[in-house]
Amino acid sequence: MDAAKQQAYWKENLIIIVVHLAIWFFVSFFCGIMIVDQLDSVRIGGFPLGFWFANQGSMVTFVILIATYVYMMNKLDIKYDVHEG
Amino acid sequence: MSILTWTWILTGLSFALYIYIAIAARAKSTGDFYAAEQSVPPILNGMATGADWMSAASFISMAGLISFMGRDGSFYLMGWTGGYVLLAMLFGPYLRKYGKFTIPQFMADRYYSNTIRVVSLCCAIFVSFTYVAGQMRGVGVVFSRFMGVSINMGVIIGMALVFFYATLGGMKGITYTQVAQYCVLITAYLVPAIFISMMFTGVPIPQIGMGSSVTAGGAAILGDPGTQGKYLLDVLNGIQTDLGFANYTSGIRPRIDVWFITMSLMIGTAGLPHILIRFFTVPKMRDARSSAGYALFFIALLYTTAPSIAVFARTNFIKSIHNVSYADAPSWFKNWEKTGLVGFSDKNGDGVMTIAKGVWNDPKSANEVKIDQDIMVLANPEIAKLPNWVVGLIGAGGLAAALSTAAGLLLVISAAISHDLMKGVVTPNMSESAELWWARGAAGVAVCIAGLFGIYPPGFVAQVVAFAFGLAAASFFPCILMGVFNKKANKEGAMAGMIVGIVFVAAYIIYFKFVNPAINNADGWWFGISPEGIGTVGAALNFITMYVVGKLTPEPPQEIQDLVGNLRYPGKLAPPSHH
Repeated sequence: MDAAKQQAYWKENLIIIVVHLAIWFFVSFFCGIMIVDQLDSVRIGGFPLGFWFANQGSMVTFVILIATYVYMMNKLDIKYDVHEG
Repeated sequence: MSILTWTWILTGLSFALYIYIAIAARAKSTGDFYAAEQSVPPILNGMATGADWMSAASFISMAGLISFMGRDGSFYLMGWTGGYVLLAMLFGPYLRKYGKFTIPQFMADRYYSNTIRVVSLCCAIFVSFTYVAGQMRGVGVVFSRFMGVSINMGVIIGMALVFFYATLGGMKGITYTQVAQYCVLITAYLVPAIFISMMFTGVPIPQIGMGSSVTAGGAAILGDPGTQGKYLLDVLNGIQTDLGFANYTSGIRPRIDVWFITMSLMIGTAGLPHILIRFFTVPKMRDARSSAGYALFFIALLYTTAPSIAVFARTNFIKSIHNVSYADAPSWFKNWEKTGLVGFSDKNGDGVMTIAKGVWNDPKSANEVKIDQDIMVLANPEIAKLPNWVVGLIGAGGLAAALSTAAGLLLVISAAISHDLMKGVVTPNMSESAELWWARGAAGVAVCIAGLFGIYPPGFVAQVVAFAFGLAAASFFPCILMGVFNKKANKEGAMAGMIVGIVFVAAYIIYFKFVNPAINNADGWWFGISPEGIGTVGAALNFITMYVVGKLTPEPPQEIQDLVGNLRYPGKLAPPSHH
């Protein structure tokens, strides 16, 4: 890869990371801690929503986040032709 | 067959399996010993990482701990899983691209300094020993509770097994035994949880069951027909408030502290050497990304089940013990009373067990029942009236959790001595076979020291576990992150940042835990941040110091900046131009 393509690949990677980490922060630190009491007034089934984020939802989201990150990065590798067989 | 027989059979079978794997996967080269020849498929690396990560404490104690803390316990859940998102996106792929065996080596090459290597290897050894001490004790405790062996004998059996497969197989042997250990521990954890969830709510998925309503059968087990049709969490909240505790689904811990502890655990996770080195073992950069995903999935299976167990077990425990006469206590209560995990002191002499706030043997408190947190997981299968082999499985699962974590930590210690100290600093021209002997020897010595910690547990172990995460968060996390994401990060900055981070965190923890424990509470802490959460501040100080010092001192040499650029995309690592 030439230097310009490397830079472009890295920039796209950084954007993907920032978006994913924003969601990571939102579900855990924001929903699970900072506004947890406010969210608790909403209920899904037997779960107060804030409690659900703190106990289950954040972890479920983390797993999904890594999956979409892997998917997007594999596509990026193909786009820049650095895909490892 | 009795529980004891089943426990011996299942534990014996699992040990035989581990030994078989160790012999089949023994290491022949240093590449084998440190990184399993970088040939581990990502899904298996995910399982191995899961077993590496989930310790005796995660398996035996965490659900019980959460059941006492309610929502406040969520910082363990989020904190000990969220770090994997950071690992997948910020560390794993780039460390794999770099491809060499240890974290101190990465630090030394990236920051072109052997001094940094020595500081890093000391940190790695300290963090790992802090952690491993609890694991060997955990092995002994499981042996003594389930198999009637003394704790010391249990530690020695565990030592012998780890000694055998860690010195023989190195990373390769450890990886494949960890895969087997993951399977054992997750089965042992999930089976009782699924049955208990079905008993109370009719839902076979415990994660959903904890938010469902109690069935007629569940109400019968709880001995309270009024609970039928109500949401389990509402029932538990009601019980808690009746007994004078806080609502289970609300927290009492200041949110700023929860925030800082969660962050500290997350970035500490991402800075723990025994987890980081797992990314060296996969074949390619893309495998490092996906193996972090598999790892988190396998970990989340247990970590999302734990809060469900906490809710089921606490509801059931209080309902079947509180206000029940001791003569009618359930059989599992009497069985576990022998181990001292539960107990009853009839303070008012009425023969009825009362649960209330306070300590069970404190005459000033109305509470008459002792509840050890570990009982919530250990007694689960008996509470659910599952067959004896399931109870036996819990013993094998607890041992698998403790042994797998211990082995991963011992490998870090061994590699720090043989690869970083001996080969890297003391005698750089050492032959590969000599290095392999140093590695095996160091692993052997480390096992013995860890065993001694297990037999004579230093009283300060529980106090210093906060150290392991705080130190990893304040030293490795910022330096590795900047090492990849900022080409201009230089050795002067990294050195200063690490020292500031380590000294600050160590000083804060030592002050509140040892020098002045009297003010170790929210009023005494700075900004209400507990010693457990201070790693977050230490990491921030490290970042700031690294940036400022880096601006005032020379940039790193061009070949280092090229190396960093090289880490950022897949493919072979281009050789440095000047070597």
